[in-house]
This record gives sequence, structure tokens and C-alpha cells, in this order.
Amino acid sequence: MTVLFAYKLGGLCLFFMGFTALILRSHPLKKIMAVNVMAAGVFLLFIAMACHGRVGVAIDPVPQAMVLTGIVVSVSVTALALVLACRIQETSGGAGSSEGEHPPQGDS
Amino acid sequence: MNSLSLTLFDCVVLVTLLGLAWQLLATPDLFKAMVLFMSFGLVMALAWVRLAAPDVALAEAALGAGLTGPLFLSALHRLRGTRKGERRQQLDSIEHRGKIEKVTQRTSGRIIYLLLRILFAGLLLTLLVHLATILLHVEYENPGLGVFVAEQQEESGVISPVTAVLLNFRGYDTLLEIMVLFVAVVAVWSLATVRFSEKSGQVSPIQQGVVRILAPLMILVAVSLIWQGTHLAGGAFQGGAVLAAAGVLMMVSELPWLRLIPSLPVRLMLVFGPLVFLGLGVSCLADGRFLEYPGELAGFLILLIELACGLSIGLTLACLFVGGRPVDDLVDRGQLEEGS
Amino acid sequence: MREVLDLTGIVLIVCGLPFFLSGSLGLLRFPDIFTRLHALTKADNVGLGLIVLGLICQAGSLFEALRLLMVWLLVLIASSASCHLIARSALEKNIKPWMRS
Repeated sequence: MTVLFAYKLGGLCLFFMGFTALILRSHPLKKIMAVNVMAAGVFLLFIAMACHGRVGVAIDPVPQAMVLTGIVVSVSVTALALVLACRIQETSGGAGSSEGEHPPQGDS
Repeated sequence: MNSLSLTLFDCVVLVTLLGLAWQLLATPDLFKAMVLFMSFGLVMALAWVRLAAPDVALAEAALGAGLTGPLFLSALHRLRGTRKGERRQQLDSIEHRGKIEKVTQRTSGRIIYLLLRILFAGLLLTLLVHLATILLHVEYENPGLGVFVAEQQEESGVISPVTAVLLNFRGYDTLLEIMVLFVAVVAVWSLATVRFSEKSGQVSPIQQGVVRILAPLMILVAVSLIWQGTHLAGGAFQGGAVLAAAGVLMMVSELPWLRLIPSLPVRLMLVFGPLVFLGLGVSCLADGRFLEYPGELAGFLILLIELACGLSIGLTLACLFVGGRPVDDLVDRGQLEEGS
Repeated sequence: MREVLDLTGIVLIVCGLPFFLSGSLGLLRFPDIFTRLHALTKADNVGLGLIVLGLICQAGSLFEALRLLMVWLLVLIASSASCHLIARSALEKNIKPWMRS
């Protein structure tokens, strides 16, 4: 029970770490990484909640399937976000900075 | 003794996990952060094993650690490539810090900034402590859905409960998830184009040789993972991820025949899995409801769907790694030149 | 027979651990990238080999033993190749090997 609680707490901490970094970091790649850490925290909490009783006992398959789905979706979201970040950089020049030093260049 | 050492192992895993997360979010060096991110994924997979979720562990090791890392690395490469010679991209938030420094040069600004940070940290900590106490005191009265899954297991046609949930009981979710992957590829392709045929010519022959040994093995492992999904941990997503990893390895080592793949079969393969899934789901309408397989055929149909989806997922993830629509065939190139 | 195999397995695994330890120490303490690669790929592969041998002694079936052996072989191939690639890119970036000064 206590070890399971430690896993739950770990999931919460991961979520909050990711959240803080999402707000405090300004580089887009860092932000995407922070979102990934947040997702990992949520998954960890979810699976730990699905363990009834002790660590290591075979658990409910429904949350497992949902977390599996979540991991795949988070990978595709990450890929899309990374391409968007590259695109923003290409058109605006700065790495996610909102300053308008470089006028956006329209290409294709 | 045994349980004590396992508890110790759990603690080590958790502390490593949190330490890695802290480091990767705190370091200003993006490359270092990415390497740490990959190790974070691997330790995460260990945590899944300890939480008795082998399917999730396999997916995390293949996707979280194996594919997300290369995705980040290639994005970093592209970000640096657009503005060469500037260290600004490598170091995180220098401008941002510059702005803050300007403000914090004044004493009043410094005090306000400090107060804001303390307030923010305090708010987060309070929230964390509250949630933790809720978790500590929460009691489970219902045993979850595991009981129902176990009851219906016979009818699902497969032995592995996770696969039964993924492809039979909650087939809708998985169908939509595969659609999400497909939409991601469409979005990526419409956002950027990549010159796939460009070769750097810098690839070491040793790398190519190793990939020639590893790639067939990885494809074998992928197929066995997909097949194994019906009775053990594994399935279309894990197998597809390993397939994608093999594809990424081959692309990174610039094997010559890769350039010869025409784009039409790739596009057809991308929709093959979703179409098979959807088609079988619709054909179930004949004597039942959508995605409700007839009992005796269920196992076979699930294996069929898994194979088709595994292939498509592998290709989809590999396309996501490429990070844009490959412009290779002459028609595309002509359009590009006209446009520019 | 079973006991002898178990004991051999334990001895082999215990023999493998110092190699891993020295490899990790080398990774942390050696001065430049080339020496660190040396520590990591050489010592860790021997350590892993000994541990795999120890586990093979305790494996239930021939299939399991072959799979364990396969793991070691794959790690050997992958680590030697990645070592080569890292060293190559370090040389391309003109990183000079460390000299005792």
C-alpha cells in the first residue's frame, strides 16, 4: 500500500514538475518535453490507481488499455507539435519569441 | 527479504524517475535534455513493469523511449539548421532571461519577481499536498472493471485481457486512436515538405552494415509482437512501434533503395489498417452491431485487424519521424519549382 | 544438479557486477569522451555477458537460454556500432583525445 502510494505521489510530482516547466520555460522544444512529462505523470497516477491493494498484482486491463492508447496519442501529438514548432521558427525567425523583429515570410 | 529488496527497487526507480524529470526540465542544454528524456522513458518502462502493466511497459520502451527521442533530435537538428551559427536555439530562454534581468535590476522589480515566484510555488505545493492527502485517504469500494472483463474473456476470442479490451470491448477507442494517428500524418504532411532524396553521404559504412543486420531482426520481432498480442503482452501498437523504429534506422542510415519507394504504395499502406478495421467493423453490421464480432470468428478477426493496423501504425510513425511530406517524384518536384 | 547450476549462476552474476560498476565509474570519472566510451562499451559488455551466462544457468528451457544469448549478442552489436558512431562524430567535431599534461 505504501509503495503504491509512493508511485501515485511520484505521478503527481511529475505532473506538477511538467506543469511548472511548461509555464517557466520559453523554448518550444522544452514546452513540448514538459507536456510529455505531464502526460507520463498522469499515466503513472492512473495505472497506480488501478492497482488494487499491492504493487505487482495483476491489475484491471481497462486502464492499461486506456494508458496504451494515451501513450500512442501523446507520441502523435508530440510529432505534430514538433513540426509546428519548426514551422513557427521558419516563418517567424525566432524560437517561439513573440517579438516581431523578422516579418513573417510567406512561402508556399 | 524479497519484498524488502523489491521495495528498495521501487524506491530507486521512483527517485531516478523524479531526478531525471527534474534534470531534463531544468537543464538549459537542449541536447542534454533530450538524452535525459530518452532515459526517462526507459525508467518509466521499468516502473510499468513494477506496476504489473507489461503491455504499457513495451509500448513505453518502444514509443516513449525509442521513437519520441529521435523525433525530438530530428526537430532540434532542423531548428538549428534554419539559423546556423547561432547558439540562441541551443540555449533555452536567453532572451526571456534577458528581459527578466532588465526588470530585476531594480530592487522593487526584484522583490516583486521573487514574491511572484514564491506565490506560484506555494500555490502549486498546496495543490500537490491536497491532492496527495486525497489520494492517501481515498478508499476503493468497487473492484473496477477487471471483473467484468474476466467474465466476458471467453467471448472475446483472445486470451490477453488488454487486447480483448483494446480490440473487442472498446474497439471504438482503438479505431478512433488509429484515426488520430492518421490525422496527425495528414497534418504533418500539410505543414511541411521534406526533400527525402537529399543525401548527406556522411553515413558510416559500419552503421549501414549494422542496420542491414538489425532491420530484418526488428521486423521479425515486430511481427512476433503483433502475433503475441492475442495471448501475451504485445499487440499492434508495440509491434508497429518496433516496425517504425526499424524504418527510422533505415532512413537515418540512408540505405540506397529507400529512395526508390514510390509514394502511392506508401499512401495506400497508410490507410490500409484503418480501412481493414473499419471494413470489418461495418461488415459486423450484417448480423449484429458495429464492431461486434461474431463469437467463433472473433479471434481470427482480431488477429487480422492487428496485423493490418500494426503495419499501418509502423508506417504512420515512420512518416511522423520524417516530419513532412516527402517531395521526391518528378511531379512533386516540378510543382515545387513552379511554386518557388 | 539444480543446486550446482544455481550456484554457478549466482557466482557468474556476482562476477559480472564489478565490471558494470567499473564501467559506470569510468563513465562518470574519465576525463574525455574517448576514454568514457572505452569504459562503457568494454567493461559493460563483459559485465552483461557474465550476467547473461549466470541467467542462462538458471533458465528453464533451451529456448529461454537462446533468447538470453540473443539479447547479449544484440547488445554487443548495438553498443559497438554506437561507440563507433559517437567516436566518429567526436573526431569530426575535432575533439582532441585527452593527454596527460
